[in-house]
Amino acid sequence: MASPMNLFTVAQRSMSAQLVRMNSAASNLANAGSVAATEDKAYRPMRAVFAEQLDQATGLSTVRVAGVHRTDAAPVKRHDPTNPMADAEGNIFESPVDQNAEMVEMLESSRQYQNMVEALQTAKQLMLETMRIK
Amino acid sequence: MSDTIFGIHGAALELRSQRMGLIASNIANAGTPGYKARDIDFASALKARMAGSDSDQAASTATLYRVPVMPSLDGNTVEMATEQTAFAENAVGYSATLSFIRSRVETLSRAMKGD
Repeated sequence: MASPMNLFTVAQRSMSAQLVRMNSAASNLANAGSVAATEDKAYRPMRAVFAEQLDQATGLSTVRVAGVHRTDAAPVKRHDPTNPMADAEGNIFESPVDQNAEMVEMLESSRQYQNMVEALQTAKQLMLETMRIK
Repeated sequence: MSDTIFGIHGAALELRSQRMGLIASNIANAGTPGYKARDIDFASALKARMAGSDSDQAASTATLYRVPVMPSLDGNTVEMATEQTAFAENAVGYSATLSFIRSRVETLSRAMKGD
């Protein structure tokens, strides 16, 4: 990284990472009821995985999204011959989204976002006070 | 120069600012698997700073890993309650140090103006 990290970059990257996590939870929730004809085509829930990013010069560390991975939960096979997506045996494959888990993920992510915003506000206020010394 | 004008408070403000950054890093990494929370032992950092080492050196020698109250499954040792209280405590300490510095500046500027 070119410029040394400061508190604002730490907070900004952390908030972006939480947004990625919230987006993937929202995608999972949106696909909670989606069905597919084959097991391979079924939607699998996504999870953002975070990694620490240390700035050696300042000792500060922020977050980066190491990747958005698909979970290997098996799609739910359901027998429903009336469904237009059903295969030859009359089976459909539902996405294995645990809606409660996704809601908890969403909640935790937004709480961590809030925490970062509050820490940033306090830090910013203190910095402004320091600059106002005359 | 600033060392002699502000005494211990200049050094304290620098260390408070560094500690604020470190605790903010902990808060930012609350969801990172395997992240180990760190904190500056303020008293020993200030002692080292007053003994003559520069502020980066004093801060890095006094930086310790936090011991979690409850270990978590993913190896992350950030506990929000601990971090938030540490952040608040540090912010209050920063404010206090800042008011000492402000009053010192006021004293000096009054002396210079002569009124």
